[in-house]
Amino acid sequence: MTHNLAEIDAKGYWRDVVKLTLSLLAIWFIVSYGAGILFRSFLDQVSIGGAPLGFWFAQNGSIYVFVALIFYYCRAMNRLEKKYGVEA
Amino acid sequence: MGEEFWTYFWVVLTFGTYIGIAIWARAGSTDDFYVAGHDVHPMVNGMATAADWMSAASFLSMAGLIAFMGYGGSVYLMGWTGGYVLLALLLAPFLREFGKFTVPDFVGDRYYSTTARLIAVICALFVSFTYIAGQMKGVGVAFSGFLGVDFNTGIMVGMAIVFVYAVLGGMKGVTYTQVAQYVVLIFAYTVPAIFISLIVTGNPIPQLGFISNVKGEDISMLQKLNTVVTDLGFMEYTQTDKSMFDVFAITGALMFGTAGLPHVIIRFFTVSSAGAARVSAGWALVFIALLYTTAPAVASLARLNFIDTVNESTYIASDADYDAEAAAIVAEGGKPIPAWFKSWEKIGLLEVTDKNGDGVVQYRAGPDNEVTKLDRDIIVTANPSIAGLPGWVIGLVVAGGLAAALSTAAGLLMVISSSVSHDLCRRTFFKGMTDKQELLTARGAAAGAVILAGIMGMNTAKLGFVAQVVAFAFGLAAASLFPVIVLGIFWKRMNREGAIASMLTGLVTTFWYIYHFKFVDTDASHWWLGVSPEGIGFVFMFLSLAVGVVVALVTAPPPQDIQDLVEDIRVPGTRTAHGIADAEMLPE
Repeated sequence: MTHNLAEIDAKGYWRDVVKLTLSLLAIWFIVSYGAGILFRSFLDQVSIGGAPLGFWFAQNGSIYVFVALIFYYCRAMNRLEKKYGVEA
Repeated sequence: MGEEFWTYFWVVLTFGTYIGIAIWARAGSTDDFYVAGHDVHPMVNGMATAADWMSAASFLSMAGLIAFMGYGGSVYLMGWTGGYVLLALLLAPFLREFGKFTVPDFVGDRYYSTTARLIAVICALFVSFTYIAGQMKGVGVAFSGFLGVDFNTGIMVGMAIVFVYAVLGGMKGVTYTQVAQYVVLIFAYTVPAIFISLIVTGNPIPQLGFISNVKGEDISMLQKLNTVVTDLGFMEYTQTDKSMFDVFAITGALMFGTAGLPHVIIRFFTVSSAGAARVSAGWALVFIALLYTTAPAVASLARLNFIDTVNESTYIASDADYDAEAAAIVAEGGKPIPAWFKSWEKIGLLEVTDKNGDGVVQYRAGPDNEVTKLDRDIIVTANPSIAGLPGWVIGLVVAGGLAAALSTAAGLLMVISSSVSHDLCRRTFFKGMTDKQELLTARGAAAGAVILAGIMGMNTAKLGFVAQVVAFAFGLAAASLFPVIVLGIFWKRMNREGAIASMLTGLVTTFWYIYHFKFVDTDASHWWLGVSPEGIGFVFMFLSLAVGVVVALVTAPPPQDIQDLVEDIRVPGTRTAHGIADAEMLPE
């Protein structure tokens, strides 16, 4: 399973991984700390079904996004690994 | 058949299953014992992680906390799920690629230092012991409250079960029992939730009931709840009395703490590769989210239902014939106190004092409140009887609570056992140990830890602080373990000196703050920046990070072997042994 690091563009791969990680963490921050806490009062002016939107993000919505983020990350990482010829 | 029969039925059936699995999944080597042979399927590991993670507190207490905190309860919901994103993106796949057994393994090898390893062991042991005492207490409460068994006897029964599958099966036995425990606990949680959602909103899916209108009325459930609670003098449900910064900090401490908890991290060592660790974290969160998105629905629906049925109801004395009295009250056009209220009153979770002597229960905020004892756990435990579900479901909730407590206890035991046998004995003090000796030590350590945890659980009445110190576990994990692990992966320049300084800073500051404001000066107005002890780990995490970086920059960079190791764990499939980093133990 082990192959030589020299055969892979490890620097390029890692740069892409870090970029992906940071953009997903930005979304992670926005849906929880952003929508659920900092901008809650503002979002609460709008409703989703019968719940104020900010409140809903804090208690339900952020969790759905978290799940989606991890699975998106898995797919994006698989693509990156293919692109750089890395064997996970 | 009575409730008691069904409770016994489920408890005996589930406990029997756990023991059966333990015998089937015996551990034959240290590999099996610590990491279940590195070959657990990602989805199976995800399910086991979910059971490992969701403790007696998640199962029995969280919905109740949210019910009475309203929006303030969001800190638990976001905090205890958002940490998995950090785990999947920043920790799990890289630690799996690193290829050893424990968190102190990583800290000790990455920072080429026995001191760093020992500090990590102290953190892991401290965090795990504070956590496990609470689980054992949960087992005792479940037994004494529902089966009429003595509190200490209950703990001993729980200890015996965990003893069998943790000592015999190690991580392998623990993993497969946790899968069974997840199934029990999620079923026990969601079935009553579906029914209460149907009763209040007419929608069978609790997550949708949460945002629906009240059945037959043109007002949303949450809006009605807001009106009802403010009419009784309580705070509006969708608001909180905590400051925004404190909510932010507590959410942060719980999130980063979750990602730094050793018993969660080691679960990801059991899968076959870095890629499998990523997927596994996703599955873990799916299984956790099933309960965590149901909990706020249960909280709000049950609160509304509780007020609806209990407030302004006519009290019936415990020695009276309930059915006859209730029928008489209904005949007069009144509302009798519900039957489930009477049964939980008997157990002592509820209490009524008729202050104005009118024979009617007034539930209010402030001094006129006549529901003088209202244990928050009632929101989950009484749910099936509130919803009028048959006896077999009510018994299942007890088995679910026990499954939640035992699965978490077992996961923590694995950390304690491997910290002693692997990190302290094999890697620090007795380096010449054979695999066989280490396995024996691991079993012995697990056995010792079970007994110690049981004794701590039995003494929680005297150790009244146990409930208070859970804040320690998350705060310390966030401030001391999380920064060094993340820096160890993402910053090659991080060195031994920086790591030791960072861990010590996080450990000392967080410990001091929590200790000071929980036990010495309990005046909340003295908190720094208004941050509660629960949230302080988040603030000190940044201090610990900063101290680590500064110290690392003014001291010598790590040796080349270590820098090569870091490059390896970043790229899956390239891990090879590197000199001093792997001199004592080769990666797998």
